[in-house]
Amino acid sequence: MKLWKGHKEQLDGKAPMDNDCAVVAEELTKKFGKFIAVDHVSFKVKRGEIFGFLGPNGAGKSTTIRMLCGLFSPTEGSAHVGGFDVATQPDEIKSRIGYMSQKFSLYEDLTVEQNINFYGGIYGLEGARLEERKHWVIEMAGLAGKESMLAHTLSGGWRQRLALGCSILHEPPILFLDEPTGGVDPVSRRKFWDLIYDLSHRGVTIFVTTHYMDEAEHCHTIGLIYTGKLIALGSPTELKHSLDRYSVFEVQCSNTVDAMELLRGQAWAAETSIFGSAFHISTLNVSDAEKKIQGILTNEKIAVSRIEKIIPSLEDVFIQRIAEEDARKNGARN
Amino acid sequence: MKLHLVSLNILPIVRKEFRQIKRDKRILSILLFIPALMLLMFGYALNFDVKHTSMAVYDEDRSSVSREFTEQFFISEYFTKVQTLESKAEINNLLDAEKARVVLVIPSSFTKDIQRGRAASVQVIVDGTNSNAAATVLGYINAIIQQYSVKVMTESFVRMGQQNITMPIDFEPRVWYNPELESAKFLVPGLIAFILMVTAVVSTALAIVRERELGTMEQLMVSPIKPIELILGKTIPYTIISLFATVTILFLGSILFDVSIKGSIFLLSLVTFIFFIGSLGMGLLISTMVETQQLAFMIAAIVSMLPTFILSGFVFPIRNMPIIIQGITYLLPARYFLVALRAIILKGAGLSAFWDQALILTIYAVIMIGISSLRMRKILA
Repeated sequence: MKLWKGHKEQLDGKAPMDNDCAVVAEELTKKFGKFIAVDHVSFKVKRGEIFGFLGPNGAGKSTTIRMLCGLFSPTEGSAHVGGFDVATQPDEIKSRIGYMSQKFSLYEDLTVEQNINFYGGIYGLEGARLEERKHWVIEMAGLAGKESMLAHTLSGGWRQRLALGCSILHEPPILFLDEPTGGVDPVSRRKFWDLIYDLSHRGVTIFVTTHYMDEAEHCHTIGLIYTGKLIALGSPTELKHSLDRYSVFEVQCSNTVDAMELLRGQAWAAETSIFGSAFHISTLNVSDAEKKIQGILTNEKIAVSRIEKIIPSLEDVFIQRIAEEDARKNGARN
Repeated sequence: MKLHLVSLNILPIVRKEFRQIKRDKRILSILLFIPALMLLMFGYALNFDVKHTSMAVYDEDRSSVSREFTEQFFISEYFTKVQTLESKAEINNLLDAEKARVVLVIPSSFTKDIQRGRAASVQVIVDGTNSNAAATVLGYINAIIQQYSVKVMTESFVRMGQQNITMPIDFEPRVWYNPELESAKFLVPGLIAFILMVTAVVSTALAIVRERELGTMEQLMVSPIKPIELILGKTIPYTIISLFATVTILFLGSILFDVSIKGSIFLLSLVTFIFFIGSLGMGLLISTMVETQQLAFMIAAIVSMLPTFILSGFVFPIRNMPIIIQGITYLLPARYFLVALRAIILKGAGLSAFWDQALILTIYAVIMIGISSLRMRKILA
């Protein structure tokens, strides 16, 4: 079945630069008055790649996505999507991207089919092509037999898949997903990511923002944005290895809060964070860290039931990077 | 490709909008039936013609002359006799209970005074709570008494041997455009302005704000749909419905109240269209300023309904308003539209009679569409 034809022709001969990259941001900056929402951010997203864009709320994720979608121009720097400049060619970009946000922008008072017809219509699909794509979306989203149900009667997972379907009706080569799995149950999330993988295999470039660390692990490349700055960029494996100079331990003990407080005072302790019923501590330039931790906690009559060296998780990486960035900023201020 | 640049992709939006209107039966019924209902209400209930005013008579004279005088009031359709009073004390109760709006008191000396050629005095007590109606009633009473006085005087001249009495001024009233002086004729054009204004402003403001509130606007903004396509696609359905409502009012006005269009249908359509565009612009402007449907509805309703109802000259004559308020009325497009509408529908006047009103409406429409599309571009692009 050739369900994903078309976008090759759409791009051929029209992408003037960097043929391997679907999205290129160079020193991309957006200021709102004095507030710098996005601060000289640079990255490249390869064609067919899943690029995860992570960061706390208000870090600049949505502003970046909006600039890439051609909704507003950068204050400084530049970005190219599908080879087109976001500042000067937003119309070219808009017809070649798909966009879906956590709001699942469906018309709740219209049926499944009417929603598809409408979104097909605004992307200029009609006749046989619209029918073919409609059929594809309904199959993909598992909505067969539900065509005449009103959108608001669908459950979260179905609405999410319908919204995804509506945003890729026109077979865009690049797909932007802004926290697409917010408020959806784990099974539906899993199904959704299967669809994303499938699209990626077909050559669609996916740019996705998320809060979920397990979703971040699914991405080929991850960018971490914090207070407008890109503070980490690389594949999940690369990012974890970037903590190699640290040794990370997972500690299970009788009094997690006091133990973290005690260890935080040590010069060799870089960062501590709660992890389930245990906590993680990353150490720097210290030998026998395991024994030192054991000693300190035992001294204070905290019973240690387990202490083991672990491969850092992405969350460890991000916590470390954010702490470094905060320290750097405080240093600059003082 | 070239063709694609010129052609606008409006149809999917128009179709979607109609589907949503169809789904929400309330909106459709409000847009279609409220105008007809309002016409009936205003046409029949909001009647400024003061007729059949309830009148009680306290006749102390009880003579054939006083009876003849009293009769003058009730042969006209302006007054209806509700009661003949036996004592002066009853007057208060009667007026308090609103059983009568007017009490005519004829003193016992009435016949004597007339026969002796002295001025007979009668007392008329009018319930002034509804000041407009009271003023009109006083006018009628005055006219009836004058007429009767003239009759008595003429009779006495004839008795004194003078023939061929002619009054120094002969009064021949001719009322133009609305000879029966019916309120409905005056109201129908105003109602068209009122309904167009309300449907245009409220529905446009709501239609755009709804997309923003539900987050679907964001989805449209990242699509290739252009702002102009979005605005046209969203307003065309309401334009069609509003124009349908206009035709309904004209039709009902003609069969129920005998208000036929004396002037050119083309001019009527043209002026209506210009006014409508200005109202759409106002609706768009509101939609760019607020975030929620609730707020949009409130602002749109206040901005469109109240001034159009109270200040446009639809119901209350502008010339009776205080100077400052009169100044404010110059800011209302409905004011100009009404003059033009009445000129076309009631007087059959041509463009020369209201070109200035049409010009102001055009300027207003251009300004409104201009400001709102500037603001819209900021939001959409």
